[in-house]
Amino acid sequence: MSQNTNKIMAWIDDRLPVTQTYEKHMSKYYAPKNFNFWYFFGVLSMLMLVNQILTGIWLTMQFTPSAEAAFASVEYIMRDVEWGWLIRYMHSTGATFFFVAVYLHMMRAILYGSYQKPRELIWIFGMLIYLALMAEAFMGYVLPWGQMSYWGAQVIISLFSVMPYGDLLTEWIRGDFLISGATLNRFFALHVVAVPLVIVALVVMHLLALHEVGSNNPDGVDIKKHKDENGKPLDGIPFHPYYTVHDLVGIVVFLMVFCTVLFFFPEGNGFMLEYANFEPANGLKTPEHIAPVWYFGAFYAILRAVPDKLLGVIAMGAAIAVLFVLPWLDRSPVRSWRYKGIVSRIYIVIFGFNFALLTWLGTQPATELLTLIAQIASVIYFGYFVFLPLAPKFEKTKPVPERVTGGH
Amino acid sequence: MKLGMKKIFALVAAFVPALALAAGSSVPLDEHLTDLHDTASLQRGAQTFANYCMGCHSMEHARYNRVAKDLDIPEELMMENLVFADKKFGDKMTIAMDQVDSKRWFGATPPDLTLVARVRRPDWLYTYLRSFYEDDSRPWGVNNVVFKDVGMPHVLAELQGNQVLGTALVEEGFDTLTGQPIMVEKEHVLYIEEEGTLSADEYDKLVYDLVNFMVYMAEPIAVERERLGWWVLLFLAIFFVPVYFLNKEFWRDIK
Repeated sequence: MSQNTNKIMAWIDDRLPVTQTYEKHMSKYYAPKNFNFWYFFGVLSMLMLVNQILTGIWLTMQFTPSAEAAFASVEYIMRDVEWGWLIRYMHSTGATFFFVAVYLHMMRAILYGSYQKPRELIWIFGMLIYLALMAEAFMGYVLPWGQMSYWGAQVIISLFSVMPYGDLLTEWIRGDFLISGATLNRFFALHVVAVPLVIVALVVMHLLALHEVGSNNPDGVDIKKHKDENGKPLDGIPFHPYYTVHDLVGIVVFLMVFCTVLFFFPEGNGFMLEYANFEPANGLKTPEHIAPVWYFGAFYAILRAVPDKLLGVIAMGAAIAVLFVLPWLDRSPVRSWRYKGIVSRIYIVIFGFNFALLTWLGTQPATELLTLIAQIASVIYFGYFVFLPLAPKFEKTKPVPERVTGGH
Repeated sequence: MKLGMKKIFALVAAFVPALALAAGSSVPLDEHLTDLHDTASLQRGAQTFANYCMGCHSMEHARYNRVAKDLDIPEELMMENLVFADKKFGDKMTIAMDQVDSKRWFGATPPDLTLVARVRRPDWLYTYLRSFYEDDSRPWGVNNVVFKDVGMPHVLAELQGNQVLGTALVEEGFDTLTGQPIMVEKEHVLYIEEEGTLSADEYDKLVYDLVNFMVYMAEPIAVERERLGWWVLLFLAIFFVPVYFLNKEFWRDIK
C-alpha cells in the first residue's frame, strides 16, 4: 500500500514538485523555537481570510447587488435563507476579527523589528495586503446599502475630490454623479472578485518572501548563524508538525473569542454593525453622526484632527504611506525592542496604545475636547516615525544574545 | 465625611439620566428590559402591533408564518386575529396603504418597522411611545418629547388618555420622619390630564410588550442564536483539551 503510494508520489513529483514544495514550506521549514503569543496572528489572519472567502461565496448566492434590492436581500438572508444569519454574521464578525488579527500581527512586526533587513519585502507585501484589505472592507460595507453604507461611502469618496481633477475623479469612482446603484454594482464586482484575487496573490508573495529569508523571532537574532552538522538551525524546528499543532491551540482559543462575539454580540455594540445601517440608504436624509466602522477609526481621527480638508486628507494618506518606509526609518542596530534603549521601548508601547486611542476617537463625534486629543495623538503617531531614525544617535542598545532566549 | 445610603442613591439617580444622554439622545430614556423568552409578552405585543400599528406601518421583511411559529401562535388563531385583508399565512407583512397618499396625509411616509428596534434601540422606542403630549399647534394635536414635531398621531391615545406637558407635583423621595412622599412642583413634566381606558401601569406594560415584540421582529433568530452559541462554545472548550495535550506531547522534546 505505502509502496504504491510512494510510486504514485514519485510519478507526480517527476512532473510537479509536490513533495519538494511541502518540505520547503512545511516539514523542512525551520522556524525559531521561541515564538510567543504574538506569533499566532499571522495564521489567524489567514484563518479569517479563508472565513471571509468561504462565507462570502455563500452570501453572493442570495445577495442582490442593486440599489433597489440589496437591503432587502440581506434581510432575506437573515430571515428566510437556512443558516443565512450564521453565514452573514460569520462574514460581518470575520471582518472585525480579520482586522484585529492583522493589527496585532503588524504590532508584532514593530515590536520585534521583523521589517528590518533582510525582511523589507515581507513588510512591503504585508502593507499592500493591508491597503487592499482596507479597500475590500470599505467596499464590502457599502453592499448592504444601509444609511451608513451610503453616507460612509459619501464621506470616503469625497476625500478624492481634494485631488487635482477631483470632481472628475470622484465621478469616475462612483460611475455616476451621485453614489447610486452603479456605485453599488461596481463595488460588488471589486469586492467579490478583483480585490480578493489581489489579496490572495499578495498573501502568496508575503509567504514566499518570508520562507526565502526565514522567520524573525522575539529576540531578533538570526537563527541561521548556528547550524548543526546537517545544516539545520540549532534554534529552529520544523514548522510542521511543531507549529501546526501549536497554532491549533491558538486557533481554538481565538475561535472561542470569535464565537462569543458572533453568537452573543453580533452588532459589536454598534461598532461592527452600526445601528443606523439597519435603515435603508436614503440620499435625502443625512444621519446625525457619520462614523466609520471601528477598524478605520485611527485614520479617520487623523483626517478630522487637521482643520483643513486638503491637509487632512494628506495627513491621513501620510499616516498610511509612512508605514511603507518603516524598514528604512528604523536605523537601530538591533531588531527586537527587547534590546533597544529605554526611550525606544517606552515609545513603542505608547505607539501601540496611541493607535488604539486614535481608533476609538475616530468612532466618536468630534467634540472640541476629543478633537484636541486626536490632534495630540496624531502628533504622537507621526512623532514615532521621526523618532526612529534619530534614536540610535542618542540611545545605546543592549547586547543581543547569540542564540534565542526563553522559549520552551 | 460619610455619605448616607440615601445620598449615594440620589447621586446615582442623578447620574443615570446623564448616562442615557451620552448614548446620543437629547432626552433621558427609560430603560426597556427586553425579554425575548417571554412568549406571552411577545404575543401581546404582536396583537397590539397588528391592531394599532399595521394600519400604517409594514414589517415587510418578516412573514406571518415565521411569527406564528416563533411565538407559538396556532395558524388558525393567527389568521383570525393577526392577519388581515386577503393575506396568506406565508405572506410578508406588507400593508395596503399607498405611500404617496400616506406622505400627503402625514408629511412623511410611515416607515417600515421590521428593523426599527435595531435602528432606534429598545429604550428609545419604549420612551417614545409613552412621550406623546397634547400640542394644538401640530396637525394631529400631539407632539413628542423624544421625537420633536413627529408626523405620527398618538394612535394609542384612547388607551393612555390625554397626556400633557406642563407643571405638576412630582413625588421626590420620602420624608424620613413621617414616611410621607415629598411632593415638589416641577416644570416640563408629562402627566395624564384625562385618563384613558388603561391605567398608567397597564399602559406602560402594553408599550413594554409592544417594544419587546419589535425587538423580536428586528432579529427573529436572536434567541436561537444565543442558544446555539452556548453549544458552539462548549464544543470548542472540549476540543481545546485534546488540542492542548497534542501540542504538549509534540513539544516535550524541544528545549
